[in-house]
Amino acid sequence: MEAVLELRAIAKEYTGHRAVDNVSLRLERGGFYCLLGPSGCGKTTTLRMVGGFEQPTSGEILLGGATVTGLRPWQRDVSTVFQNYALFPHLTALRNIEFGLRERRAADAREKALRALELVQLSAKRDSLPAQLSGGEKQRVALARSLVLEPQLLLLDEPLAALDPRLRKAMRAELKAMQRKTGITFLFVTHDQEEALSMSDKMAVMNKGRIEQFGTPEEVYLRPSTAFVAGFLGAINWFGKAGVRPEATRVAYTAPEGLPARRGTVESRLFLGNCIHVHARLAEGGQAICEVARDERQFTEGEEVWLHWHPADELRFE
Amino acid sequence: MSRALSVYAAAALVFLHAPLVVLVLFSFNGGRFTVWEGFSLRWYQAAVSDPQLAEGLVNSLLIAVVAGVLSTVIGTLAAYGMWRRASPVLSGALYLSLVTPEIVTGVSLLALFQWAFRFLHLQLGLYTVVIAHVAFSIAYVTIVVSSRLRSYDRTLEEAAMDLGATEWGAFRRVTLPSIAPAVAAAGLLALVVSFDDYVITSLVAGVDSQTLPMVIYAMARRGVSPVVNAVSALIVVAFGAVIVVAERLQKR
Repeated sequence: MEAVLELRAIAKEYTGHRAVDNVSLRLERGGFYCLLGPSGCGKTTTLRMVGGFEQPTSGEILLGGATVTGLRPWQRDVSTVFQNYALFPHLTALRNIEFGLRERRAADAREKALRALELVQLSAKRDSLPAQLSGGEKQRVALARSLVLEPQLLLLDEPLAALDPRLRKAMRAELKAMQRKTGITFLFVTHDQEEALSMSDKMAVMNKGRIEQFGTPEEVYLRPSTAFVAGFLGAINWFGKAGVRPEATRVAYTAPEGLPARRGTVESRLFLGNCIHVHARLAEGGQAICEVARDERQFTEGEEVWLHWHPADELRFE
Repeated sequence: MSRALSVYAAAALVFLHAPLVVLVLFSFNGGRFTVWEGFSLRWYQAAVSDPQLAEGLVNSLLIAVVAGVLSTVIGTLAAYGMWRRASPVLSGALYLSLVTPEIVTGVSLLALFQWAFRFLHLQLGLYTVVIAHVAFSIAYVTIVVSSRLRSYDRTLEEAAMDLGATEWGAFRRVTLPSIAPAVAAAGLLALVVSFDDYVITSLVAGVDSQTLPMVIYAMARRGVSPVVNAVSALIVVAFGAVIVVAERLQKR
């Protein structure tokens, strides 16, 4: 497959601080990619370097096989959906979407913009100013404004962070559908592991300026390559050097035969709707969480239990 | 408590504006002196038909418009530049020009002009007044526009560039429309401070470039003529209107 974006050992150094440290990445055309990491891990800086808003201190950025390092934002065939949408407040929804087309002197700007509005189901709001749009609508206008240019690569900088939780979940499916429909490669930056896991074809997990793992959501969740990745993608119970996910940890009143197990005391029992989390304090010190089915009526606070798991579910790191 | 506050506010207002009220009142006085002799518009008639006042008004308006436009352009670009790249030295220099006593500004401009005249065979005139007014109005414009830019979202410019606009295009098509009300307000402010100025103007004006404040000052020196009252009342009304417009613009 042809690479739409290739980062070759890019680094960004601010005085006395390496924000991005030797990042290499290859994205194939037409995929949905996520860049996941905690705040301050360098993911936004990486995105801004791809967009042309920052220049890497060293390394090379290739877009569609051609180097774009050093090119200004308007010279690159990428487009960004900003976290706060950055809609032009003095222009209507339609005019916002037309902006890029007019800058590029596209012949049928109005027609294309109208079609883009239709794509994001906002035809009725064509003459509304950004201040008159809801958060979700602004988000769609921002998306349409970038998509209408048919860039090689669409960059999304935590675009769902400002939405309320319900809408955020609905937008995940919508974004993914939009990516499939347009065939444009998406690079989505987020600190929300659920977002990354649910939307990505492949995801890169970043920490302290470096990419710790790049793979499919299944690979990254089930076979994390570092303890950081394991812990960032979901809760993990540490039994000595072995890490076990809560859903792979079992709880029982008696020790099972032939399986690794630890003694513990139930501290609390949290009903989460679709399942129950039993929090236990381990006899050897530390805490563990077990996910059990909703109809489990047992394991109440103060009870002595055994926590056990299957060796195949153990995650081990050097 | 709130009653005491209103009384206090009313007293402050009276203190501020009592002189203006007296001035406007006596501009409608039939007599020449500060004794009420009945309502009359004779001083307004005299003011309107005075050729010196007319010439001063034309000069003042011409200077205010030209200097206002120039200082708005220069000041806005300066504010934009300092917003893009913070410069403590430049903004310090700006505030310095704001707090420099007018007489110092005036004398130093005069010194500059006279030094320049040794090389250029020119003399003081309307254009030296315009240059002087531009010089001191820039600071006002820059400060008004800067305060608007402080709350302006930089990602809007990045978005414009991302969509294909060059830096200049992003400024012209996104930033400038967003800050336009503040720029217009700054322009009006520049217009007012230019029209208003006496000290600097009187130092750098040529014999043929008497502004309205200079004419009024000369008249007032010759004894309080009610014509001065009438002219001043008209100026207050005109300026009041400009201030109202500027306020509205800045709130946008």
